[in-house]
Amino acid sequence: MSKGVAITGMGIISAIGNNVQENYNSLISGKAGISKISHIETIHADEIMVGEIKTTNAEFEAQLGLSQNSFSRSPILGIIAAKEALVQAGISDINDYKTGLISSTTVGGMDKSEQYFHEYFESNEHWQHINGLHAGDSTKKIADAIGLKESFMTTISTACSSAANAIMLGARMIKSGKLDRAIVGGTDALSKFTINGFKTLMILSDTYNTPFDENRKGLNLGEAGAFLVLESDKIVGEKNRKVLAYVKGYGNSNDAFHQTASSENGDGAVLAMEKALKVAGLEPEQIDYVNAHGTATPNNDLSEGRALQRVFDEGKVPEFSSTKAFTGHTLAVAGGVEAIYSVLALQNNRVYPNLNFKTPMKEFDLLPQTEVKEKELNYVLSNSFGFGGNCSTLIISKEA
Amino acid sequence: MSKSVYINSVGSVSVQKTFDNSEFLNEITTYNDTVASVVNPDYKAYIPPTQARRMAKGIKMSTVSSQTALQEAGLENVDAIIVGTGLGCIGDSVKFVRDIIDNDEQFLTPTRFIQSSHNTVSGQIALGISCKGYNFTYVHAAVSFESCLIDAKMQLENDEAKNILVGGVDEMVKYHVDTHRLIGHIKSEPADSTRLLTVNTKGSVMGEGAHFFVLSNEKQESTYAELVAIETYNSIAQENIPNKIEAFLEENHMTIEDLDLVILGNNGDVDFDGYYENLSTGLFKDRPQAYYKHLSTEFDTASGFAFWLSAKILKTQTIPEVVKLNEIEVSNPRTILIYNQYRGENHSLMLLRKC
Repeated sequence: MSKGVAITGMGIISAIGNNVQENYNSLISGKAGISKISHIETIHADEIMVGEIKTTNAEFEAQLGLSQNSFSRSPILGIIAAKEALVQAGISDINDYKTGLISSTTVGGMDKSEQYFHEYFESNEHWQHINGLHAGDSTKKIADAIGLKESFMTTISTACSSAANAIMLGARMIKSGKLDRAIVGGTDALSKFTINGFKTLMILSDTYNTPFDENRKGLNLGEAGAFLVLESDKIVGEKNRKVLAYVKGYGNSNDAFHQTASSENGDGAVLAMEKALKVAGLEPEQIDYVNAHGTATPNNDLSEGRALQRVFDEGKVPEFSSTKAFTGHTLAVAGGVEAIYSVLALQNNRVYPNLNFKTPMKEFDLLPQTEVKEKELNYVLSNSFGFGGNCSTLIISKEA
Repeated sequence: MSKSVYINSVGSVSVQKTFDNSEFLNEITTYNDTVASVVNPDYKAYIPPTQARRMAKGIKMSTVSSQTALQEAGLENVDAIIVGTGLGCIGDSVKFVRDIIDNDEQFLTPTRFIQSSHNTVSGQIALGISCKGYNFTYVHAAVSFESCLIDAKMQLENDEAKNILVGGVDEMVKYHVDTHRLIGHIKSEPADSTRLLTVNTKGSVMGEGAHFFVLSNEKQESTYAELVAIETYNSIAQENIPNKIEAFLEENHMTIEDLDLVILGNNGDVDFDGYYENLSTGLFKDRPQAYYKHLSTEFDTASGFAFWLSAKILKTQTIPEVVKLNEIEVSNPRTILIYNQYRGENHSLMLLRKC
């Protein structure tokens, strides 16, 4: 059994709160952040619901001291989350230890690229956004905002499992001694690109998403920035850090079934969960709560549900819920958002409700937790799956 | 004790005719342009035409390059697939955005959206060989490919995997070229590839390519070289670069004198080649030097070409005349250092050694 990697700071901005505390309060009071879209003009506005952060870019830029329309929304959300994480960890000099920044995104600066797509050739007014189409550009802006220099920095894009993979890489690099500290997470803003993309796949719900419900109609897209600070035992000792929780296990596999759909029996998901349990040195029955991927698409919830039954043996699936009914599906960031929620669950010994659940799925008798439940938690398992067959699982623990 | 990491095979589709592993830059493609496309292999020999029709160029190039690498390593499957790409299948992303705007968000089809996901190539390769192992995609500009190597090396050293397919791929599309020419990242005047470093103009010549390799912690007949060390840095002040390089070598118990060849990423951009020139005339002035971007052109994973070049040099023990940057000769190249950066950011050092 290997020792976990310490989590010493967290930062998040999502549709249910501008910081960690607000997010937790919403989760516990059952307050969802799903609404009609207001920041993006789209002809689908009346047919979709989203997990949108209501603060405008202009307000964020004023708050961060940036000039107006200098950044796309993804780096802005990322900067806010990363800064909160560093404050919580108590880091004043980011370069005092060997630090890496591992971010993730699916759209990067797409919100601006689509806005000025033709205009770039008519006027130079918005050329500052041209290079923002590179996914790595959002990470660079976060690095600049936190003052990271001469350091390891990379960006992961494995669709909806991206941030889970960023956390996994950070933990592995610390374990291998390549880094003392890793700032890990992701950022994704809403865009016409993803709205229309998921629309063509016919997996967007026109109402509040209902994970693991028989009558689920699809997902609500969301937006978020979420970062965690992972630190080595050396830093934790030398700086006398308060450890929030540990990254105990991680598993990554590919479903190798279809470019956008999960296999019916969730082979990739099973492998990812089994690998994570193995790395953590845990038996399935030691998992106290599963924060499911649970996007509320017909395909995901069936595949994930079957995978859960396979890993945990029928009837022995622990309390589980999807928090996507609160936040919407925040794409690359989902694994980061949910890792933070997993830490908060451990800290507070609370299982979150799976909102909007009414009717059990006919394929199996899995019932998600629908009310807030107080329960001693030691190990939380969090799943994130994505296009391209990418499946990732993290196990977060209270003790190392 | 961590295990050594070997480059057991290579695969390349580039602006040069590199897709045939039995050759080594036997014929050179020159150009006088601001962009250059890959020398296309016979895709039909690798991909059924029905599939190829809707396939993004990045996927096609990667299919050939990755199959070449797998075949040479004698493998049908691997323990992990790790792909780096600056922009993924950017052609499909651009087409999808154009369709959204020009058709007012109507009459869209999912294929372009699906292919625009950055992890399409790694997913497609996994699907093609039914690889359920670790699958990652790095999308960090000029160190996208290097990020793959760092990840793979860590797994192989720790014996978490035996064989890993790593690769870098980027496709070139007109819209991306046009927009990046607006902001001066791509040259506005054609550059002659035979004198790229003396054109004295801003921006680079943009291109594309796909470079795949099987990395392993077991040496075999086909092995090209050992990957000794790799490091990336988000930024380095120009005056600090020599110190960083010396520290990197020291960590690997080496000095500048141990380097039989230094491969530099000069791309003919008058604003940024100073990073390399200072090293050429300073730290590396007594070392044999080579460059490659006149052959590969510039793109986010162009350093994959340098990695391919180094592997070929170490295996064949020949340095093609066309890449030589100075007159210092070396008869038996054993150790190669590759240094790359793009527009003063995302610096990388890769150290390879003959086995």
